[in-house]
Amino acid sequence: MSSRDLILSRVRTAVAGAPDAPRTRPRAVPAATGGQTAERTVELFAERVADYRAVVHVAAPGEAAGVITAALARRAAERVVVPEGLPKEWAHAVRAHLGGGAVGDDPPLSAADLDAVCGVVTGCAVGIAETGTIVLDTGPGQGRRALTLVPDYHLCLVRAGQIVPGVPEAVAALDPVRPLTWISGPSATSDIELNRVEGVHGPRTLEVVVVR
Amino acid sequence: MSAAFLGMPAFPRNAARAVGDSQLRFNLRKATRTIRGRRAAVVGELPDWEELRAAGKEIKDHTLRHLDRYLLQMEEAVTRAGGRVHWAADADEANRIVAGLVEATGETGVVKVKSMATQEIGLNEALAARGITAYETDLAELIVQLGDDLPSHILVPAIHRNRSEIREIFREKMGEWGRAAPEDLTDEPRALAEAARLHLRERFLSTKVAVSGANFMIAETGTLVVLESEGNGRMCLTLPDTLISVVGIEKLLPTWQDLEVFLQVLPRSSTGERMNPYTSTWTGASEGQEFHLVLLDNGRTTVLADEVGRQALRCIRCSACLNVCPVYERAGGHAYGSVYPGPIGAILTPQLRGAGPAPSSPPGGGAPAPAIPAPSGRPASATAVPGGRPASAIPAPSGRMPASATAVPGGRMPASATAELDASLPYASSLCGACYEVCPVAIDIPEVLVHLRAKAPHPRAERLAMRAAGWVLDRPVRLARAQRLSGRLRRFVPRRLPGPAAAWTDTRDIPDIPAESFRDWWNRTDGGTR
Ligand code: SF4
Repeated sequence: MSSRDLILSRVRTAVAGAPDAPRTRPRAVPAATGGQTAERTVELFAERVADYRAVVHVAAPGEAAGVITAALARRAAERVVVPEGLPKEWAHAVRAHLGGGAVGDDPPLSAADLDAVCGVVTGCAVGIAETGTIVLDTGPGQGRRALTLVPDYHLCLVRAGQIVPGVPEAVAALDPVRPLTWISGPSATSDIELNRVEGVHGPRTLEVVVVR
Repeated sequence: MSAAFLGMPAFPRNAARAVGDSQLRFNLRKATRTIRGRRAAVVGELPDWEELRAAGKEIKDHTLRHLDRYLLQMEEAVTRAGGRVHWAADADEANRIVAGLVEATGETGVVKVKSMATQEIGLNEALAARGITAYETDLAELIVQLGDDLPSHILVPAIHRNRSEIREIFREKMGEWGRAAPEDLTDEPRALAEAARLHLRERFLSTKVAVSGANFMIAETGTLVVLESEGNGRMCLTLPDTLISVVGIEKLLPTWQDLEVFLQVLPRSSTGERMNPYTSTWTGASEGQEFHLVLLDNGRTTVLADEVGRQALRCIRCSACLNVCPVYERAGGHAYGSVYPGPIGAILTPQLRGAGPAPSSPPGGGAPAPAIPAPSGRPASATAVPGGRPASAIPAPSGRMPASATAVPGGRMPASATAELDASLPYASSLCGACYEVCPVAIDIPEVLVHLRAKAPHPRAERLAMRAAGWVLDRPVRLARAQRLSGRLRRFVPRRLPGPAAAWTDTRDIPDIPAESFRDWWNRTDGGTR
């Protein structure tokens, strides 16, 4: 008997005669923070992202380019990855500031190349207010997963319309066929005497711009 | 993990040793209290916590009841998405599959994300025996691996080490494994994390094969889910050309939407965060990667067959039960002699190991192994460590319980020792019920403990005592009353029981009975938040 058949038959024997275990609960428990105004949802998202010690800005649409430029200047960033499909005005702001220092990922950069750049500027798929989480799905303006992993600095742009109240709404909005990365603050460890240290292997600095 | 839980004496002796170790006790107390407080705060934020908990329990029970169907659905979905699915009836078979897959790539090193399943099967040791080095990449696991040590907590496996010990381990050992630690390394947590970042970065950028576990698998879509903090998981899941995930069959969830429950309860129960820094999900072969899923039984179907014990398979390994357990806080993780410490370990380890040899050997033969082998790691892993020295050569840092001191080099843990340990584990509890109250999938650990006690072979007096305990535990009101009563009577409790029960207390200290029972404390302080 193959191990596959063996395991399946062990399972069947184990549960034979066990009472049925139907699912009776209503699905989608709405987020506790649901039912708020859009304005409040955006505020909550910004607060919760900041709780993770990420840098957060909330900008009017016309201000986004200026916020991006100022952020890159503060970092003294020279080479930054700009993935395909980043909304024009944002990509333009990066290019206007860095010129040739704004690099694309086509042909794909090697891991060593990514290790050498100063950072990456991306959009996202969904923002979650309740938990201060950003979800990337490798869609337009986000690039493949390594782009937001290897560089030490991640500047992420979130449109207010992408922010949902809670985890259930995010799960419903996302497509599991795409590889997803849920990001809640910069990478961190508490392994040394439970002291939180930001930045182990992922980007040590996460900066988020919410564009209304 | 390069060391193994070898020749571990039974829980009471381990615990007595650990209780005398002040560093371990101090760290554990600090850790468990800190996480406990954080957990209570973020759990309190969700008005629908009890509903989420009930939903989590129900989803898991439903999945387990129809596990065969969901396993087949998972297999089909992963295959459709370009992944390959392998089935492993026991630890040896899983290890053979993984080693074979790594050898097929021609590589001799793999990067690993912390995974309890691979610790359970002793994968690192099995790979080492075939000339493949497994590099742990989780900071705590790295500390444990470099220190040739054993993890002591599910979530913070190096909780028994303080910062100066970690600095010493890094300075002495990093160079043997790869990039050495800087000469002037201080014991600042930030500096230590930076040293780990640099040490591991070149490994991530160059290693072609990764091995992971997973927190959840979604049958409907074939998706795997990994929650983590540091980004080492993302590195392993994303950069290598080949990814091999070893996942226990009980990790299934039927639908993608079910994640809405578990992504809310797991981070809050585990690290006490609203959300952990990184969660990765992927379906089949992603971004050109080769993907293999190894579905692991290794005793789980035996647990599933036990009407009372099967609820242990709902466990999502959050470690909340460890952090509230008065026995764990005093004894520490090593005393449990298993990769699964604390209350969940006390019910899971004996059940998984109780499976013993697989009923019929899987194809390919090989000696059937105990379900959780006490892996024969040390000599094999020592050869895998470049320049590695046998564990005994490492000076045991001040006062810490040297886990290795109890190791029997060269052999599997004698069956009698495993049996003795397993028989004693269901007693590693005062049955206070705190673990049940915090468990996000409502596993009634005291109920399973009492059930296992009744099943284990032990002296008559003990059996009688436990039957009484079972009677008390049957009714929460009786338990509360009994605890309050014993709180009042505790001045009169002797260190040793008289008469026939003396045999029991010869090897087990009667736990101190707290002045206030956990339930009373919990209700009074609202879970420690007041
Ligand atoms: S038994 Fe419950 S509380 Fe303990 S680790 Fe498992 S899920 Fe968490």
